[in-house]
Amino acid sequence: MISPGLLTTVQDLGRPGYAHLGISASGAADALSLRAGNLLVKNPQGAAALEMTLAGGTFEFEEPAVVALTGADFDAGIPMWTPVRVKAGEHLRCGRARSGARCYLCVRGGIQVPLVLGSASTHLLTALGGLEGRALRRGDVLEVGAVAMAGIFSRPACAPAPRAPALRVTSPDNANALCAAVWQVREDSDRMGLRLRGPVLARHTGHMLTEGVPLGAVQVPPDGQPIILFVEHQTTGGYPKAANVISADLHAVGQLRPRDPVHFEQVTIDAALALLKAQEDWLHSLV
Amino acid sequence: MRMVDSSDRSLLLIFGEEISVATHQDVLRLSSLLRYTPGVTNVHPAYASVLIDFDPLAIGRLQLRQAAGELHARAHAAPLDQPRTVEIPVIYGGEHGPDLEDVAAFTGLSPDDVVELHSNTDYLVYFLGFSPGFPYLGGLPESIAVPRLETPRRKVPAGSVAIGGKQTGVYPVASPGGWRIIGSTPLQLFQPDADPPTLLRMGDLVRFVPIARGAL
Repeated sequence: MISPGLLTTVQDLGRPGYAHLGISASGAADALSLRAGNLLVKNPQGAAALEMTLAGGTFEFEEPAVVALTGADFDAGIPMWTPVRVKAGEHLRCGRARSGARCYLCVRGGIQVPLVLGSASTHLLTALGGLEGRALRRGDVLEVGAVAMAGIFSRPACAPAPRAPALRVTSPDNANALCAAVWQVREDSDRMGLRLRGPVLARHTGHMLTEGVPLGAVQVPPDGQPIILFVEHQTTGGYPKAANVISADLHAVGQLRPRDPVHFEQVTIDAALALLKAQEDWLHSLV
Repeated sequence: MRMVDSSDRSLLLIFGEEISVATHQDVLRLSSLLRYTPGVTNVHPAYASVLIDFDPLAIGRLQLRQAAGELHARAHAAPLDQPRTVEIPVIYGGEHGPDLEDVAAFTGLSPDDVVELHSNTDYLVYFLGFSPGFPYLGGLPESIAVPRLETPRRKVPAGSVAIGGKQTGVYPVASPGGWRIIGSTPLQLFQPDADPPTLLRMGDLVRFVPIARGAL
C-alpha cells in the first residue's frame, strides 16, 4: 500500500446470520460491482476485495497479478470492468472518483485476511474484520489468496452495472411524500447510513417499539430528515420507516456521494423482484 | 401475529404493541426456529416483533409467510429453557461512571441509593440489538429512570453501564450514545473470536454486582 486513498477497506459480501446478536452484515457498499469484479478475474463472487471511497489508493504489486476495477471510475489509467494483467513491481495508481463514490479493486485469488464470523469484511464502527478492523494505511501489506477458479484467463470487458435515475423503494403504506421531493445526500453520511436533506417529512405520531430494521430502510427520525440505513446499520431501531430501497438498487446507494441529488420512486414488490432477477441475469452473463 | 412486508427481502412479524414477558417468550421461541429456515439470512428479534431477512431468489415471500405461520403455531407450546443468570461486575461512579452524580441529583437519591437500586434487581435480556452484543434489558426500577443526555456522547467506552429513560444497558463496543453512564464493567460482552461471540443471549437474567475501584 503506497498510499491508502481517502477510505479503503477490505470487503466481501458481509456476515449475515448474526443479527440476533446485534451484528449487522456489513460487506461491500456496492455489492454488485464487487461481485462483477470478482467474476471478471475468475474469483468466486464473494471473494474479498478492496473498496475505495471517493479518492483511491496507490498499490504496488510484489508479484504478477490479474486485477479488475469495477464500480465508480477512479481515473486509474487502466480500463474499468476489464481483467488486466499487472507485472511484478508495477504500481496501480487510482485517482479521484469521476462520478459515483466507490471503486472496487478485485485481485485474482482474492484478498486474504483472517475471517471474523465467517467474513473478511471490515465493519468500521465496531472495528471488526478486514485488516485489524480498520481502514488501510500506507505501508500495509496484503496477501493475495488462492480462491480463484481454474481455467484459462481470457475474459473480455463487460458493461458497467446499470443504474436507474431514481432509487426505487417499496412501502407497506404509500411513500408519496418521500417520492415527491428531491433530496440531497448530507456530508456526514457513511457506510452506516446516508443522511438526506430536504423538506421536513411529517412526524409519525404514536408510540413505536424498537424493532428490527432491514438494509435499505428509509428511517424518519423526529427531525423529519430521512436516513437510508446502509451496510453497517444498527440491527434494531425505534424510528418509523417511510419505505425501503429495493434489493436491485442497493448497489446504487453505495455510489451516492455527498451533495448528490436523490429521487425516490415507489414500485411494487413484484416489480422489485423482477428487477432483481434481471440484475442477476446481467451478472450471470459475465460468467 | 401480524405480518408486514417491510422490504422485498424482509418480513416483519408483529406480536403486539406492548412489552411483556409473555410476548418476549413468543419472540424467543419463534426467532430461534426461524434462523434454521432455508433461505432466511438474518433474524432480528425485538420486544414484540421479529424481522426476518431472506434471500428472495431462494425462498418466495408467500412460502416464507406460510413457514412463519406454521412455526408460530408449533412454537407457542414449546417449553423454554430455564433462564441463565449472568452476573456482571460493575465499578460504579467516579471516572468509571461520570454521570452517577447527575443521576442521583435527577432522582433526588444519594449515589449509593442509585447503586443499591440498580444492582439489586434481576434484569431480563429482552433481545440483543443496536450494536454487537448490546442487551435491551427490562426491569429498571422506575425511581432511577432518568432522561437521556441532551447531546449524545460521540464515543461511549466499551463496558460502560448506563441508564437512558426507563432502560439500562451495557455498551459492549465503543459507540456513540446518549445514555447516562453510571459505571463500567471489566467483562467483555462481545468477543468476535469466541463461540458464541456475545456474553449474553436473549432470555438471560442479568444482575449487576458492585465491585471495588481497584478491581479493574
